[in-house]
Amino acid sequence: MSGSTAVRMTGVVKRFGPVVANANADLDVASGEIHALVGENGAGKSTLMRVLAGMYPPDAGSVEVATGSSPLRDVTGWSTREAIDAGVGMVHQHFMLVPTLTVAENLILGRELKRGLSLDLAGAEREVRALSERTGLRVDPSRLVSDLSVGEAQRVEILKTLYRGTKVLILDEPTAVLSPPEVLELWKVLRRLRDDGGTAILITHKLDEVIEISETITVMRAGRTVGRMRTADATARSIARMMVGREVALAGEWEPGTGNGEPVAAGSAQRAASVPGSPFPVPALVVSNLTVPSPRRPNEVDNVSFTIARGEILGIAGVEGNGQTELIEAITGLRAPTSGTVSIVDLAGAQHDITARTVRHRADSGLSHIPEDRHRRGLVLEYSVADNLILGQQHRFTGGASTLDHARIAANAASRITTFDIRPPDESLPSRALSGGNQQKIVIAREMGRDFTVLIAAQPTRGVDVGAIEFIHDQLRRARAEGKAILLVSADLVEILALADRVSVMYGGRMVVTLPGSDASAEVLGPYMTGASGTAT
Amino acid sequence: MTNPAVQTVEAERRERWRARIEESILPPLVALLIAAVVGDILIIIFGQSPGEVFRQLLEGTWGNAYGFGQVIYKATTLTFTGLAVAIGIRAGLFNIGAESQLASGGFLAALVGLWLPAGTPAVIAILLCMVAAGAGGGVVGAIPGALKARFGASEVIVTIMLNFVVLALLNYIVAAHIHVAETLHTPEMHVGSVPRLTAVSALFAGSAANATFLLAIAAAVAVWWYLFRTRPGYELRAVGLQPDAAEYGGVHVGAVWARTMILSGALAGLGGLNYVLGYKHYYEEGFGTGSGFLGIAVALVGRNHPVGVIIAALLFATLSQGGLAVNALVPKQMVDVLTAVVIIAVATSVPEVRRALANARRARGTGNREPETTVNPGPSSQFPVPGSQP
Repeated sequence: MSGSTAVRMTGVVKRFGPVVANANADLDVASGEIHALVGENGAGKSTLMRVLAGMYPPDAGSVEVATGSSPLRDVTGWSTREAIDAGVGMVHQHFMLVPTLTVAENLILGRELKRGLSLDLAGAEREVRALSERTGLRVDPSRLVSDLSVGEAQRVEILKTLYRGTKVLILDEPTAVLSPPEVLELWKVLRRLRDDGGTAILITHKLDEVIEISETITVMRAGRTVGRMRTADATARSIARMMVGREVALAGEWEPGTGNGEPVAAGSAQRAASVPGSPFPVPALVVSNLTVPSPRRPNEVDNVSFTIARGEILGIAGVEGNGQTELIEAITGLRAPTSGTVSIVDLAGAQHDITARTVRHRADSGLSHIPEDRHRRGLVLEYSVADNLILGQQHRFTGGASTLDHARIAANAASRITTFDIRPPDESLPSRALSGGNQQKIVIAREMGRDFTVLIAAQPTRGVDVGAIEFIHDQLRRARAEGKAILLVSADLVEILALADRVSVMYGGRMVVTLPGSDASAEVLGPYMTGASGTAT
Repeated sequence: MTNPAVQTVEAERRERWRARIEESILPPLVALLIAAVVGDILIIIFGQSPGEVFRQLLEGTWGNAYGFGQVIYKATTLTFTGLAVAIGIRAGLFNIGAESQLASGGFLAALVGLWLPAGTPAVIAILLCMVAAGAGGGVVGAIPGALKARFGASEVIVTIMLNFVVLALLNYIVAAHIHVAETLHTPEMHVGSVPRLTAVSALFAGSAANATFLLAIAAAVAVWWYLFRTRPGYELRAVGLQPDAAEYGGVHVGAVWARTMILSGALAGLGGLNYVLGYKHYYEEGFGTGSGFLGIAVALVGRNHPVGVIIAALLFATLSQGGLAVNALVPKQMVDVLTAVVIIAVATSVPEVRRALANARRARGTGNREPETTVNPGPSSQFPVPGSQP
């Protein structure tokens, strides 16, 4: 069904200061196909697509686009406006919608229907409704965007690009925020778009998605295009090898290397044997009746209780934005709960209530925390690797009179860098200069390299490369074997299913189900993640 | 780790140091060059010879003992206010209240000097005056600090508004209660004056430069040590760079803001000693007018580093004194224009010069190691607003 070439990018180079995002990248997309652009985080996929969509001019190389029946024409360095007019539209990872406007108002923003001097909102709503019917992107045009779920907001983003007459639709990691049923819904929309003659380019690093939805695959690595193949000829393993540039150690029965996406159906059933029931029945973290407010609502976390034993990983799955962040922040002392308690149990069995304690007190009581956003919380990016390796522990690295003991800070850095294989091995480098995986290793080294009882690991492998994912998962398993209690919060079901002894799903601020890891699978958990099933625990 | 690897790391570390030094020195030089060109144009418009004007400007400042001493004197106040602004920016605070903090520091020091009996030993008197100056500025700084920590009130607004309140209050007290007849200043203090440098060396012949300059240098060293060698300094800088990460690291962000505003105010307050203890020995309405605001420019040009602040203070003091020296040839406002051009040029040339340096390094092929993968480099990471994020 794929016909002539719709997009041809040749030798694209794009630099940001000293950082080379694209070094000679090529892309060839036929019209009427779903094309997957894959690569590890930081391979330059998003940058290449932004060049195509007119957001950045390339430093070198050419961009050619054909829309409709016209032949390829050189559009190198065009503007976003020109790209939209030519039918090239991009849906970004972070939505660009005005939350205080309705769906219809958002769609017509910039090209308002007028009736005399006033807006023709009713007409706009009619148009949007018709488009929504035609594409299968169902959403009520009169609702406020701020009231929509993440999945619905994404539909509005796609509708917005289609409303502007997009023929080449670029989607940047569209499934990162979706639950499994919403992903299936999106695939339907894309297939329908393709069957109507549209072209879709899908940026992703989830290999199962690539294989399921695309017809052609382009693989990028370190800013370069390293391969192009028909999906029919590819296997997950061959794509992963091309993405990483080496053979990847596969984690159990799961799709290799990605550490993201849905598990292959057979996988989840087969891993049960390796999960012990609850080998250490000694509790370490006790959370009872915790209710946590957010600016949006008073019970973002709604009366949640659970206990984690020593030597156990409790995985919390769920679509992001269902209270996971607030739960973590309440446990780690970054947000005050309105009711409920958080306690750490020491080896003697005594419970220490830490609900109202400071962050520092919690750290000293044996609580470690890998925060979900290393760029915002986990690291001071301008600080050196050595300085970041003491963040939260700085009071333990002083000599007399609050003076920092730089010799000990350097010694600490040297040992952590070796143990956790942080590269490049230079403690004076600003953390900003390291790759995502190595930045995360700094956080892991700091939080897991010291003595701790309970570890809160939030999205521990988000945005890190395949090698680092293997390493981080190994560290988590090793800590479990040493009798640490671990709360693993991840948007990545594969990760949860691979590591957790018990799995809970959070939806609407509640833990709607808790299962032994052996009983959990994407099929079982999916309905809970969307709120379709939900028996409160 | 093999030996070559160690060598590579060492080489890269040296390269990074070189880059840091280039990046901190070249932009101000470029800014000065731009200011000089603009100055030339202005001078030609006034029908004078640029060479002659700049010769007189330099002769009137660094070229003779009195001018040099006056530069040192003016740089002393500017060093204090520059340090005050710089330490605030390091914690993510924009203190625009150095003007009133400077005035209240000077006022309290003058009051203490007035109140102490004539026979008080000089050491004790000077120390008490120092404490008073620091406390005077510190209290004025503490108000916006506490309001920000407690209520999230913008320190920019509060410090600007406090300037009016505090200066009006001081003027009222002086005018209504303790001024010397026919003047707007307090009576001379009985004790607490510090020696003028001209008493020590002929280098400062008759100028107002005094021992407070040494205190300014000491304050710069102390601020450097505090910022880069202590745990509170580590936490302060973390709060300024990424408050969320600092909070995660167990730092009470509000407490750091409150503490830093007190410190910042106290530093500005100490600047009042230069005039009160070192020069006139009384408080006079408007003695430091402009020095607080110029402190912002000093911090900006000095890249919020104590050493940079001293150098920038000397630069602006030179321009200020030079304006008097060339007054016969061109209006002295021309130097105010030059000062403004320097500030604007620094603000705009820092990112440009950095970009040029980065390109040059890439061309040499000895650039900083590029990360293997890139983390969406936002514009802020590449082109920080000079001064705001050191």
